[in-house]
Amino acid sequence: MDIAMNTTEALMSPDSTDATSVHKPVRDAVGSPLLDATDARMTCRNVNVYYGEKHAIHDVSLDIGKNEVIAMIGPSGCGKSTFLRCLNRMNDTIEGCRVSGQIQIDDQDIYDKSIDVVPLRAQVGMVFQKPNPFPKSIFDNVAYGPRIHGLAGNRTDLDEIVETSLQKAGLWEEVKDRLDQPGTGLSGGQQQRLCIARAIAVSPEVILMDEPCSALDPIATARIEELIDELRSNFTIAIVTHSMQQAARVSQRTAYFHLGDLIEVGATEQIFTNPTHKLTEDYITGRFG
Amino acid sequence: MPTSTLIILLLAVSSALYYFGRQRSLAVAGGEIRKLHSLPSYYGYYAALWCLLPALAVLLLWNGFESKVITTLVVNGLPAEVRNVDDARLGLMINDIRNLATGGVVSARPDPAMQTAASHYQDLQNISRAALAVVALVIASIGGFLAWRKIATGHRARNKVESIVKGFLLSSSTLAIFTTLGIVLSVLFEAIRFFQHVSITDFLFGLSWSPQMAIRADQVGSSGAFGAIPLFVGTMLISFIAMMVAAPIGLMAAIYLSEYASRRVRAIVKPVMEILAGIPTVVYGFFAALTVAPFLRDTGSMIGLDVSSESALAAGLVMGIMIIPFVSSLSDDVINAVPQAMRDGAYGLGATRSETIRQVIIPAALPGIVGGMLLAVSRAIGETMIVVMAAGLSANLTANPLEAVTTVTVQIVTLLVGDQEFDSPKTLAAFALGLSLFVTTLILNIVALHVVRKYREQYE
Ligand SMILES: Nc1ncnc2c1ncn2[C@@H]1O[C@H](COP(=O)(O)OP(=O)(O)OP(=O)(O)O)[C@@H](O)[C@H]1O
Ligand SMILES: [Mg+2]
Repeated sequence: MDIAMNTTEALMSPDSTDATSVHKPVRDAVGSPLLDATDARMTCRNVNVYYGEKHAIHDVSLDIGKNEVIAMIGPSGCGKSTFLRCLNRMNDTIEGCRVSGQIQIDDQDIYDKSIDVVPLRAQVGMVFQKPNPFPKSIFDNVAYGPRIHGLAGNRTDLDEIVETSLQKAGLWEEVKDRLDQPGTGLSGGQQQRLCIARAIAVSPEVILMDEPCSALDPIATARIEELIDELRSNFTIAIVTHSMQQAARVSQRTAYFHLGDLIEVGATEQIFTNPTHKLTEDYITGRFG
Repeated sequence: MPTSTLIILLLAVSSALYYFGRQRSLAVAGGEIRKLHSLPSYYGYYAALWCLLPALAVLLLWNGFESKVITTLVVNGLPAEVRNVDDARLGLMINDIRNLATGGVVSARPDPAMQTAASHYQDLQNISRAALAVVALVIASIGGFLAWRKIATGHRARNKVESIVKGFLLSSSTLAIFTTLGIVLSVLFEAIRFFQHVSITDFLFGLSWSPQMAIRADQVGSSGAFGAIPLFVGTMLISFIAMMVAAPIGLMAAIYLSEYASRRVRAIVKPVMEILAGIPTVVYGFFAALTVAPFLRDTGSMIGLDVSSESALAAGLVMGIMIIPFVSSLSDDVINAVPQAMRDGAYGLGATRSETIRQVIIPAALPGIVGGMLLAVSRAIGETMIVVMAAGLSANLTANPLEAVTTVTVQIVTLLVGDQEFDSPKTLAAFALGLSLFVTTLILNIVALHVVRKYREQYE
């Protein structure tokens, strides 16, 4: 109710969106950021993030649906990474970072005192901007997660997990003969797929990807995009990207962030063909950002 | 005029040329810097360097040959009967003349011949000084003027100045290399002389060390034994104890500081550690000798152990404490050099902090840590003061840390302390020990650097 009202308000005052007033928090996003309870895998309500004094995310409410790819776009420094890192509490590792609001996965508040980040991060995996394989063998890279979470009872199980993860990541054919070689010896695109395999080896429910293709060439990027599309049947994926084409190609829903505010969320097609908010339109048509 | 005044004068002239060179470059460019090949200041430096360097070279050469030339002239001017003595006497005489001329102490009452020689010496020196000043200033002016004349819009002053700077840097770095080489060679030659008295195998594999020997034929005394094994064993024992203390504590301190400590704690602990590193080793030495060693002896006697009042354990423990900051700051550096992305990767998979450290950060930093440890070992081997004070001088061949032992460095010190004859085997043995010490630490350092370098790019 409340949200719908504010939405119309924002719609009716388009001049509140021009460049001079963007610092004023836009309370609620255009388009519904929320999904039906049955569709939502993660729900975020009124999330605020502070880095010391700096207020980096203002009151963001957003749902992440089951088996969907949600793309987060927006100009540099608008808080996409910050928001993404809230979803598996990676911000805990940053000194001075404070998160308020409510983020739930399967009706569990992930910032609850009783929640342990170890199983949470197994549930919500992460792939980073720069491929960061450990300086270990390819096998050990993929086996790392299953080992620390004790997912494999014996070596055969572990072998199987590693193989299926590498297969799902589309890397198996390329590396099956050299699993004992260092993961750092692979090409950039292969390393990124290795990192994806490493993330899916712990069978997470959600995979967060922060600009996973920004260090890759177009061919490697295309492979990863294909992969994301395939992974959708088993996982929920939230991806941050600077490439509109990428967002348009891989995602079902798109969220546009601007200076810490969530401006607009909607079906990807609608956002790219018919954005409601002027800021979104400006960004998508390349007028700034 | 004295050399220092001359140098100041030369610097003044070259600063003036810096100014003129700069002005001229601006003048030829008509004030438009863009027309010049290099920035105006490069033209200034160019003129200044051309003024200064040739003059300084002349100054150096002149000072190098001056005294020889003057001495020859003075000697030739001496009356024949005074001059025709053996070289040693002549040398003494020349010394006297010099001292007379500069107003120093003379060995005998000066006779008139010496007096004239001295004043001759002084005259020559004054002439030489004056001539040098004139020549150097003239050369400086000519060099500066020529360089100044050459300045034109297309003149590549920057490239020339840069290559002179490169020359300076190169000579500085080679200076270090040549010094090392000089030290190695001098130690090597003395060691070879030692090995003419004592065979290499006796030295390297002998089990007994007692370097006291009769200096004169009529003295009674032992004939000296130069088996260095007890020293090597003692050194290894103490270094081992030191590393047993320093390696785990230093490493864990580094891990705590880089992974767990908040910024506030780090800001306090790191400087304190550095203070620990700055304490002179003598202070550690008497801490070991006066506090730790008695403590060990008392505790030992309480539980029925016989700890000698100077023990390898005391020296090793204190040396370990001394090396902790060294190990921890080296490890801290390598741990911090492990990219944040590695940590993020592990945390993102749900690894706990200690899992991340044990399984990701330490393996990634291991080569660097090993390298740091090897450097620490070579420091432990080279440490002298603590051992002199706390571990004693007796060359026992033992692996028991509760006994007194001695090390290579300590023996070098005791061999060379006091009045010594510089060609007795006893003294020369110090050089052989020094050589073996040098070779050991060199090998350790090479291995350490190799290890560090080989694995450095692993996580890039
Ligand atoms: N560790 C940090 N400490 C302090 N401020 C931070 C930190 N990380 C991010 N910020 C600030 O928070 C804001 C959002 O940063 P964030 O990294 O989330 O942006 P982004 O949308 O991911 O940008 P980009 O597209 O460039 O990756 C920025 O203003 C940034 O300066
Ligand atoms: Mg980012």
